[in-house]
Amino acid sequence: MAAKQDFKRSFQRVNEIIEAHGRNPVELISILQEVQEEYRYLPEEILNYIATAMRISPSKVFGVATFYENFSLEPKGKYVVKVCDGTACHVRKSTALLNALKKKLELKEGQETTQDLMFTLETVSCFGACGLAPVMVINDEVYGKVTPEKAEKIIDEIIKEEGGRGNDQDH
Amino acid sequence: MIRTIEDLYNLHEDYKEAMNREKMKILVCAGTGCVSSGSLEVYEALKEIVQEKELFVDIDLMEGGREGVNVSPSGCHGFCEMGPIVRIEPQGYFYVRVSEIDAPEIVEKTVENNEVVERLLYRNPETGEIYRTEESMPFYGKQKRLVLEHCGKINPENIKEYIALGGYQALAEAFEMTPEEVCQVVLKAKLRGRGGGGFPAGIKWDSVRKEHAGQKYVVCNGDEGDPGAFMDRSIMEGDPHRVIEGMIIAGYASGATKGYIYVRAEYPLAVKRLQKAIQQAREFGLLGENILDSGFDFDIKISKGAGAFVCGEGSALTASIEGNRGMPRTRPPRTVQKGLFQKPTVLNNVETFANVPLIILYGADNYLKIGTKDSPGTKAFALTGNIVNTGLIEVPMGTTLREVIYEIGGGIPQGKKLKAVQIGGPSGGCLTSEHLDLPMDFDSLDSAGAMIGSGGLVVMDEDTCMVEVARFFMDFTQKESCGKCVPCREGTKKILEILEKIIAGDATMEDIKLLEELAETVKDGSLCGLGKTASNPVLTTLRYFRDEYIAHVKDKKCPAGVCQAFKTYYIDPEVCKGCSKCVRVCPNNAISGEIKKPFSIDAEKCIKCGACVSVCPFNAVKEG
Repeated sequence: MAAKQDFKRSFQRVNEIIEAHGRNPVELISILQEVQEEYRYLPEEILNYIATAMRISPSKVFGVATFYENFSLEPKGKYVVKVCDGTACHVRKSTALLNALKKKLELKEGQETTQDLMFTLETVSCFGACGLAPVMVINDEVYGKVTPEKAEKIIDEIIKEEGGRGNDQDH
Repeated sequence: MIRTIEDLYNLHEDYKEAMNREKMKILVCAGTGCVSSGSLEVYEALKEIVQEKELFVDIDLMEGGREGVNVSPSGCHGFCEMGPIVRIEPQGYFYVRVSEIDAPEIVEKTVENNEVVERLLYRNPETGEIYRTEESMPFYGKQKRLVLEHCGKINPENIKEYIALGGYQALAEAFEMTPEEVCQVVLKAKLRGRGGGGFPAGIKWDSVRKEHAGQKYVVCNGDEGDPGAFMDRSIMEGDPHRVIEGMIIAGYASGATKGYIYVRAEYPLAVKRLQKAIQQAREFGLLGENILDSGFDFDIKISKGAGAFVCGEGSALTASIEGNRGMPRTRPPRTVQKGLFQKPTVLNNVETFANVPLIILYGADNYLKIGTKDSPGTKAFALTGNIVNTGLIEVPMGTTLREVIYEIGGGIPQGKKLKAVQIGGPSGGCLTSEHLDLPMDFDSLDSAGAMIGSGGLVVMDEDTCMVEVARFFMDFTQKESCGKCVPCREGTKKILEILEKIIAGDATMEDIKLLEELAETVKDGSLCGLGKTASNPVLTTLRYFRDEYIAHVKDKKCPAGVCQAFKTYYIDPEVCKGCSKCVRVCPNNAISGEIKKPFSIDAEKCIKCGACVSVCPFNAVKEG
């Protein structure tokens, strides 16, 4: 029941976003960015809905949504953890940081989002904060000179703030 | 509201006078780097104390003509590693790693008693020398900050400070000329595109000016995608009005009335600052209709990227602004004829536009005195990697690599040797110690097989494996290939596979031959800059470090000791005390022995994970 209600609301919100951009196909990327900000990903139904509402083909919408790395067709976690793997971070051991986070979040090979939809772990090419390498960004907060230990602590704090993980195994 | 040029000069005088009443100015860096190190808390703490003591003034508090102390956020100083940075004017004291608990001491000593807080000054980690002011530090002393002159010195969120320092006067001067004359000045100043190509901006502007079209556009490329480059971010965050002013001048010169700034999504603070700056410029009448009563209309919109490196390429960028997949197209027609929305478009990058006000105010003749004959002006570089002073720098074109690395950058940490410098990001190439005295300008770098690119300089020391570096860049370009041209899409993938094979120790000399052939094919068979330059890291490393490739293939060795596959671990029997800690962590049961006697590693079973190295309390496990 709750999910159904969510969907009703979502189309309404999508409509508002499309209207705010004057149904202009040129604004498609901005529209998708705002929709994703709202839902943390781009559900297929919504992509179809956008195409119909804006009178452009679904393949065009899908084409744009899959071209850009920032768009996700899979649900993302509430906290998107981005580890920078740009040149400067790479030479300052960002790989070790990434591995530590993978272990901490119990992510399997190829898995990006935790089961409870709390965290998504990604790499990005550069935040341009190279003076602070290695850099990690959680949602919009930038963390500099992050060691694996520091990263684990930050994750622990978020988990604590969220009142523990859904399936708390540590008790 | 500024309606006329006279209004602008009058306001400039008023604001200048207001700023002169700031007997002291505490500038707290609010660039991305320092914010993440906690600079906003430092700013709040300092401001609160100064306000409590009823000393606070700023440009918005004009009435009464009271003198006092201003505490203001500023743009990036470029010395991000040492953040949060606080600069005190007029003394020029430069405090590093400041935290909010230092605020009372700064106010008490520096503000009230004009003393310096010694412990917050920068100390050279190699020599221990302490520097009191920004200007006395070798990092800054050797630089020539013209484009970055305001970064770190003004509040980027207040247009009044920009106007107080002469902002928008270049625009006023441009309006006194005809559009053709403005193009001629830029042409004469030989301003070359700072995004990497080095194409003369004046030619672009003049070409667009000559086109007959109802609508023309000015596009600013702020899609600084090269990993390890952050010059444009710092300018957009630290002095956004300068970019806007440059764009309006370009619009006037070329007859374009609409501007777009394309900023990558990874730069949220730059977007925010630009938005605010555009808003303020509109309120002041510097964007909109009939700017400064010139009869010229211009407005700017921000377009946010969505994470595609290829969008830094001109035609891909315009496709992205139009709401399409950002894929490059064949040229001609060129952007100046059919660019954004098929209309004539001036497309330059952030730093290029930021140079424009300088050229108009200084005049082309004076601008030509800076830099080299064919590459006048300065260039901003982002200095990163294995270097003592990581940061953003600006030097005259033609400065040598040696000056940049050893004088400004402070050399390589721990006295290590320089191996290579990757210049221009993944599309660039690498330079070696033999290039240390090469002047860095467009043409000299080109002849060395590298390019200035956007200006990222990644310094690598002797412990870097160049094959691994090539693999790293190829991994990047391979992921970022848009997929349009087969040689780029498939070729980069195959190149990456071969590089991985070399690193894993499975390659033959045939593979190196194939690698070279592929690299040439990708270069020749791709449409856009990304594909054409994708193999540069491979080609330049093969050119300068061929012996390293051969060592990996023939001798099965990684000379830098980086590549995991070639590592072997052994236990030094002299050092081992037989505690068995290593046995317990070994995931593959490769270690055996008797307690209190030296243990040994079975090389056949060892998977080279290195777990035993970190756990041994006696450092008995050695890499060989």
